[in-house]
Amino acid sequence: MTAPVAHRESVPGHLLVGTPLLKVRDLTVTFASRGRRPVRAVDGIDLDVAAGSTVGIVGESGSGKSVTSLAAMGLLGKRGVTVTGSVEFDGEDLLNMPEDELRSVRGREIAMIFQDPMSSLNPVLTVGRQITEILERHKGLKGQAAKDRAAELLASVGIGDSVRRLRSFPHQLSGGMRQRVMIAMALACEPRLLIADEPTTALDVTISAQILELLRVLVKDTGTALILITHDLGVVAGLCDQVHVMYSGRIVESAPRRPLFAEPQHPYTTGLLASVPRLDQPRGLPLLPIPGSPSDTLPWAQGCAFSPRCTRRVDACVGHPPVIGPAPSRVPGHLVRCVNPVPYDVEEPTP
Amino acid sequence: MSVAQFEAVESSAVSPQEAAGGLGRDALRRLRRSPTAIVGAVLVTLFVLVAVFAPLLAPYEPNFQRLDLIRPGVYPGPSSEFLLGLDQLGRDELSRIIYGARYSLLIGVVSLTLGAAVGIALGLLAGAFGGWVDSLVMRIVDVMLAIPSLLLAIGVAALLGRSITSVMIAIAVVNVPIFARLLRGSMLAQRRSDYALAARSLGVPRSRIVLQHVLPNSLSPVIVQGTLALATAIIEAAGLAYLGLGSADPSIPEWGRMLADTQNSLATAPLLALWPGLAIVLSVMGFYLLGEALREALDPKLRR
Repeated sequence: MTAPVAHRESVPGHLLVGTPLLKVRDLTVTFASRGRRPVRAVDGIDLDVAAGSTVGIVGESGSGKSVTSLAAMGLLGKRGVTVTGSVEFDGEDLLNMPEDELRSVRGREIAMIFQDPMSSLNPVLTVGRQITEILERHKGLKGQAAKDRAAELLASVGIGDSVRRLRSFPHQLSGGMRQRVMIAMALACEPRLLIADEPTTALDVTISAQILELLRVLVKDTGTALILITHDLGVVAGLCDQVHVMYSGRIVESAPRRPLFAEPQHPYTTGLLASVPRLDQPRGLPLLPIPGSPSDTLPWAQGCAFSPRCTRRVDACVGHPPVIGPAPSRVPGHLVRCVNPVPYDVEEPTP
Repeated sequence: MSVAQFEAVESSAVSPQEAAGGLGRDALRRLRRSPTAIVGAVLVTLFVLVAVFAPLLAPYEPNFQRLDLIRPGVYPGPSSEFLLGLDQLGRDELSRIIYGARYSLLIGVVSLTLGAAVGIALGLLAGAFGGWVDSLVMRIVDVMLAIPSLLLAIGVAALLGRSITSVMIAIAVVNVPIFARLLRGSMLAQRRSDYALAARSLGVPRSRIVLQHVLPNSLSPVIVQGTLALATAIIEAAGLAYLGLGSADPSIPEWGRMLADTQNSLATAPLLALWPGLAIVLSVMGFYLLGEALREALDPKLRR
């Protein structure tokens, strides 16, 4: 745990100059349940999000992506959860903020969109009621003013006939529409940071592309910073300024978008890229999966967690935790946590 | 299919979407299509109508006696004058069955209201606060659940005397833990739902999440249980009366008690046992069928 701290001084790298909007330092989340070994879901994450920028967090299921965002917003339960480290939003410490202050940050300053629009809307309330509730709470808008604003919001996320749609119940809308409603709710108070947790995973491909495009436009127009959590590198490719690849609770590679796709240096990242199906390759070629599963992992204290599945594994991988440092690519802001990174001159075209 | 027909189909396929006003209306639409619900609703409506309009429907007063027509062991059966015959005390059986519906309904509704109100309050407390409040409330409920309903009824009857009131209290007490546990469990499940998390992530206060988001979504099993509990209450009331734990007053035409009274004359007048039994079965069946149909209509899995 000391290694990354020591490193931070020497290589500010991806950490921004000046005060970022969101500053996460050494965030660690441990789940403990009675009779079982505590699980460290997030293990010392450092993350900066500049105002108006788009940051991607990529990783497999269980790599700690969602837990990171939930912990930062104080949305994890109290029982059996230990959160350490610091999360600063605009200079204010979110982790130690009293619950009622935190409530006025949530929704007003930071908003979230979740994976499954089918279950993220309350089935017994109309869409309009759910949007006006937030406007009432954070903006003090009531009655017709709130309704008008809600209709405006629905229109802005591309829902036609928005005044009538306010009276719809969630089950009367399609998945893509519901996700649009979620986005409208999240953007209702013009937050400065939007966290989208797998916003398109539950949607089919064409709808997914529409939703991503909508997010891109809205974020650009309103100057909202976006954290995009996904397991899909294709999603990241079109949107993000900076990408963090997570594995087993730690960031293993961190890079601006282009170098990440052009010169991935961590064997896990190259594995992820290689496993993306491609259109420019001959048909019938088998996909290249990463061998093993995320459960074949080593505790970070005993070496690299990815080493049991790694094709570039060397003896130095096991024994002590690998530190994150500047990648051999020498691109500013490109960091990698690997003792035997992939040589950077290997041509990996962007997908 | 002509164009006009096609258009008609088209518009009817669209109109439910347009007209749909909410989940309540949605469920109602589903209920109207279910034969179970219709049979149940008809039985329940009949039962309630008979209970409410008993004085108009019954040909005689429930305690009007024709002592001249009966002898020990000989009770006139159905005739044009007395459609279901006379009972052991020379009273018109039909009139007593009709008035009996009043008592069943009264006991059912009062005990259910009482039991559900207390149960829902306890469940809401446990489900809304969780933590030690939840533990405390649930332990109280567990204790209540541990006492068999019959034993409880005997206890209440011993304490308050044999009366309809003690029957109602006993049944209400039996219902309290059922409703409390049901609502609490349902609320705990809903509290973990995605939309509750989503609302929390957008800064909606906790009290509001509980009352506006969690509670309304947790109520449908409670509504269903309410219908089923009404059926159970009628059976329990009859059972308690049958065992002699109901009212001591022989003039009260209570179905369970009427059933018990026929025991001695079962060999000579078996039909007298049939009528109250049939009345109990039909009314209970009505509530059960309606409850089952309601459960299906409110099932969130079918709500797509």
